[in-house]
Amino acid sequence: MKLGILVNEGPYTHQASDSAYQFVKAALAKGHEVCRVFFYHDGVNNGTRLTVPPQDDRNIVKRWSELAAEHKLDLVVCIAAAQRRGLMDKAEAKRHGKDADNLAPGFRISGLGQLIEAGIEADRMVVFGD
Amino acid sequence: MTEENAGGVAKRFLYVNRRAPYGTIYALESLEVVLIGAAFEQDVSLAFLGDGVYQLAKGQDTKALQAKNFSPTFRALEDYDVTKLYVEKEALEARGLTAADLVVPVEVVDAARMAEIMEAQDVILSF
Repeated sequence: MKLGILVNEGPYTHQASDSAYQFVKAALAKGHEVCRVFFYHDGVNNGTRLTVPPQDDRNIVKRWSELAAEHKLDLVVCIAAAQRRGLMDKAEAKRHGKDADNLAPGFRISGLGQLIEAGIEADRMVVFGD
Repeated sequence: MTEENAGGVAKRFLYVNRRAPYGTIYALESLEVVLIGAAFEQDVSLAFLGDGVYQLAKGQDTKALQAKNFSPTFRALEDYDVTKLYVEKEALEARGLTAADLVVPVEVVDAARMAEIMEAQDVILSF
């Protein structure tokens, strides 16, 4: 089955990102395809490379980056939600005259159309949030 | 994927709005998805449950909040061919509201009918 995933909450504050990660991992292990993971609302904060969680805790951002590298996952951060919350890649930082960028490896920034497109392409769209 | 969709026919998208318009950003960002999604020519419906019915309430004044009153945007949905708005009857009644208190024409449905509407969808995005 082809799955699309929507993550609506940020890391650590909320279980949603953990649940989405475990779900995606399990789905891939069962041979399903995950065509896209879309991060929206505070979910965009799953894509910042500047998180430094305590060493005895899971590293949620790094975990997503590693899963993306291993399975060629398409991790998309919503641009409008990201702009509100201070998430940007190099191109966005340049465009807005900011002195830093913080998008983690394996993530890309794009528009909400990517969420709709995932809904159209996937057999099932699974939403993780509150 | 439905057989129809394989032939290029639209999928049924339902946006479920469950939260009050202010206090959290979910309602505003949900509406942003609806507006972008309208360009994809899918079969779009909106559902309003629980405190989500307040999103459509007339007379919203957000000045003191310093937040944008986005309720007029619901009136523009018609221009995007988004015309199927379902509001949960029980949620309206529990909050002392009627369809006349809302900024746009809606179809008021009970929870059982709402469940049927959800059952008929291909994609449900819940905010």
